[in-house]
Amino acid sequence: MKLHLKIWRQNGPQDKGKMVDYDINDVSPDMSFLEMLDVLNESLVAKNEEPIAFDHDCREGICGTCSLFINGEAHGPDRAVTTCQLHMRKFKDGDTIYIEPWRAKAFPVIKDLMVDRSAFDRIIQAGGYVSVNTSGNTLDANAIPIPKHDADRSFDAAACIGCGACVATCKNASAMLFVSAKVSQFSLLPQGKVEAKQRALNMVKQMDEEGFGNCTNTGACEVECPKEISLENIARLNREYLSAALVE
Amino acid sequence: MSKLDAKIPEGPLADKWTNHKNKINLVNPANKRHIDVIVIGTGLAGASAAATLAELGYNVKAFAFQDSPRRAHSIAAQGGINAAKNYQSDGDSVYRLFYDTIKGGDYRSREANVYRLAEVSTSIIDQCVAQGVPFAREYGGLLDNRSFGGVLVSRTFYAKGQTGQQLLLGAYSALSRQISKGKVEMYNRHEMMDIVIVDGKARGVIVRDLITGELERHSAHAVVLASGGYGNVFFLSTNAMGSNVTAAWKAYRRGAFMANPSFTQIHPTCIPVSGDHQSKLTLMSESLRNDGRIWVPKKKEDAEKLQQKRIKPTEIPEEDRDYYLERRYPAFGNLVPRDVASRAAKERCDAGYGVNPTSQAVYLDFADAIMRYGRTEAHVKGIHNPSDDQVRELGKKVIEAKYGNLFQMYEKIQDENPYETPMMIYPAVHYTMGGLWVDYNLMTTVPGLYALGECNFSDHGANRLGASALMQGLADGYFVIPYTIGDYLANDIRTGPISTESQEFEEAEKFVSDQIKHFVNNNGEKSVDYYHKKLGKIMWDKVGMSRSEEGLKAAINEIRALREEFWKNVRVPGSDTGLNTELEKAIRVSDFLELGELMAMDALDRTESCGGHFREESQTPEGEALRKDETFSFVSAYEHKENDPGKSELHKEPLTFENVEVKQRSYK
Ligand SMILES: Cc1cc2nc3c(=O)[nH]c(=O)nc-3n(C[C@H](O)[C@H](O)[C@H](O)COP(=O)(O)OP(=O)(O)OC[C@H]3O[C@@H](n4cnc5c(N)ncnc54)[C@H](O)[C@@H]3O)c2cc1C
Ligand code: SF4
Ligand code: FES
Repeated sequence: MKLHLKIWRQNGPQDKGKMVDYDINDVSPDMSFLEMLDVLNESLVAKNEEPIAFDHDCREGICGTCSLFINGEAHGPDRAVTTCQLHMRKFKDGDTIYIEPWRAKAFPVIKDLMVDRSAFDRIIQAGGYVSVNTSGNTLDANAIPIPKHDADRSFDAAACIGCGACVATCKNASAMLFVSAKVSQFSLLPQGKVEAKQRALNMVKQMDEEGFGNCTNTGACEVECPKEISLENIARLNREYLSAALVE
Repeated sequence: MSKLDAKIPEGPLADKWTNHKNKINLVNPANKRHIDVIVIGTGLAGASAAATLAELGYNVKAFAFQDSPRRAHSIAAQGGINAAKNYQSDGDSVYRLFYDTIKGGDYRSREANVYRLAEVSTSIIDQCVAQGVPFAREYGGLLDNRSFGGVLVSRTFYAKGQTGQQLLLGAYSALSRQISKGKVEMYNRHEMMDIVIVDGKARGVIVRDLITGELERHSAHAVVLASGGYGNVFFLSTNAMGSNVTAAWKAYRRGAFMANPSFTQIHPTCIPVSGDHQSKLTLMSESLRNDGRIWVPKKKEDAEKLQQKRIKPTEIPEEDRDYYLERRYPAFGNLVPRDVASRAAKERCDAGYGVNPTSQAVYLDFADAIMRYGRTEAHVKGIHNPSDDQVRELGKKVIEAKYGNLFQMYEKIQDENPYETPMMIYPAVHYTMGGLWVDYNLMTTVPGLYALGECNFSDHGANRLGASALMQGLADGYFVIPYTIGDYLANDIRTGPISTESQEFEEAEKFVSDQIKHFVNNNGEKSVDYYHKKLGKIMWDKVGMSRSEEGLKAAINEIRALREEFWKNVRVPGSDTGLNTELEKAIRVSDFLELGELMAMDALDRTESCGGHFREESQTPEGEALRKDETFSFVSAYEHKENDPGKSELHKEPLTFENVEVKQRSYK
């Protein structure tokens, strides 16, 4: 396949940045999207130009590092996948592909297609944990049976990879899907219930401080989320938050 | 007399750890506040260690090259974590987990370390549940288990095919809690470039801020490496793209011994290579071998038709299929250990029975399991006389609940639906049992320098059993280092802060910055990946699944030549300031080019076969690995010499077995 690429290049946080055109030949449909970029980068290095910077690590959809906005969609046209799992067979010979970084106030661009998502870490630091020590001197793991249904739903929420596609997709750049997934994971388990309300308050407070927007329930995040994190989690977070705020 | 003192505590095996903990020095909480510890890496081993050390009161600085601790390579572990809980009452015990691990490792690991691992394994599960890790459960609300290769019990805890993710997020949450308390200072996107040794002790590191390109000095009273494995020396592996050996290798160059470097695990069930553009390989978890059956056609004609895509696997009748693992190893069947399964796949493919166009693939088939589960479900749901289609649909649901994400991953990569047609798989590099030599306290040969998780050599001998790396990482980080490091740091309570202005820091920083300047000013002709791919090919062909004297000698020469050319001719565009991903890769590959040689040397020296190390010259008439215990019952540990990996000096730590009978492994 031959493709026309229009790729965002930005030399650093202060640089204005612009779209740059690249043509690429010999793309095989079996390549992953990032492997296609590898090939392009090899050709840039061959010309002694700086390769395009993009984030990636596991290349199998689990670490949450990759992050491209492809033809106007977070993680590209396929559903329930990350950019690294997207394959070129989803495109046609002669296609033009626009490749941009996540765009959100809370995710400043570092270089080219790389952004800074440390705001997510700070939200977790604000309360995304169960406050137990790591001594191992705790209850036997089977001391508290947990209904399978709850454990499964907790797992589904915990499957969030922290990629930020939800934020990048949302017209308000809200981080509610991400925050609600963590809050839900814990509030569905007896171990996490104890601090559920305080956790919701603290994490939402940090989210606001980081400059993420408000949630207006457009549902766009759920559609683009590579792990299919459900909007139900946002409803659960709202319940925890409201009841906590009432008590305060 | 060997330079290596493993410091194994006295007393009966089962009491060693308790006795040791009772005897070692402690640091009182007030003094811990005056002691700094550096942790390199925030995977399972590093995150659990950093969180626990901070909780105990030490001042911790943690470093990772990813943009968040949550993205360490541990996140990708799929199948599960072992623990001797015996919840299934199927005869499991600490001793059995210990025994299975020693046997699985082909009697090339240390009894005392492995026993301790089995002993603390149960606390890991308790700890993780308390942290809110959502493990899979049964309908009664209790934890579910599955089996992994090389064992006859069900002791593996799991969270779908995302166990590593859930465990790492657990450790990350504990770490985040300590970061929020100010007890851990977290440095993301920072890569360790060198260790600083002052008066013979590890006292700090030189790191590079990957965003600004600046070099920084950080000092501490002890340095803990938890930097993961080095499988990427093969270029193609199941490891994340960034996984590298640099931290461990720099430690080696500064005096830490490297143990069993040639012990590499080639995992039998990975998605086969599709073309030259391939950047990495994807694992299909071993847990799939609980339900999938591995086969190739019995008839060569059928194999050829499959290679030419003229027929489909489902068209081959049952009687023409060769379930070669079940045939060769009736006792363990599809659940033989990884090294055995990988070699058996290679044997069939080399003989011409491979099933894809490159003839480098075998089938992993779920059709039987789907029908078996479907019938049980129909029974449970009270459906009498269900049709085959109904059974199949019900069965697919069960398989989806168990392995859904793996099946989805497969489908995305291969563009084939594994619920309908068998998966194609082939062995790939996955894990490195070798690593920095450590004693019972997890200290390397450099005082104050510790190594945890995959970057040490300690527990898995010549072959790791499935679901045991996660166990080891968390055992080391949560339950071992917090005790053993105190024994060393008890001598440092009056030392006070370590200065970064010393000559030692100066020299280490200069060494790093000279190397960086060399790369950015080199103006060579070939990219870093060019060299990395070449190295990978040498390693895979000659230091991979099957090794011979001739091949290994050739590999050593080829790697030396390639290394020389790399330094002369590599091209790194951009500068040493600011983000430069090619520069990051160049530094990592320069270390792989040295490590590769040492791996080949170690493989050449060990003329026996054991575990994942298969020397063609040492096999039984049936083609099984043949160990030579009289000559090779030792850990090989290499000491860096004269700035040249080829001059490394071999030291041997003899292995003695007092609690298990050493036998040739048999899974028949
Ligand atoms: C696909 C896959 C599936 C697996 N599945 C299983 C499984 O089901 N069960 C099981 O038991 N095991 C499994 N394993 C093995 C297991 O995941 C790993 O062995 C284990 O997670 C390693 O953990 P670690 O903490 O030692 O290192 P890692 O998780 O690799 O972490 C390394 C850390 O070190 C940091 N680092 C490295 N170098 C530097 C440097 N120079 N400077 C700064 N930081 C650095 C990294 O940033 C990272 O934080 C699997 C492995 C793979 C590849
Ligand atoms: S909720 Fe989905 S889109 Fe948002 S960070 Fe998590 S996985 Fe990514
Ligand atoms: S690179 Fe890990 S999710 Fe894409």
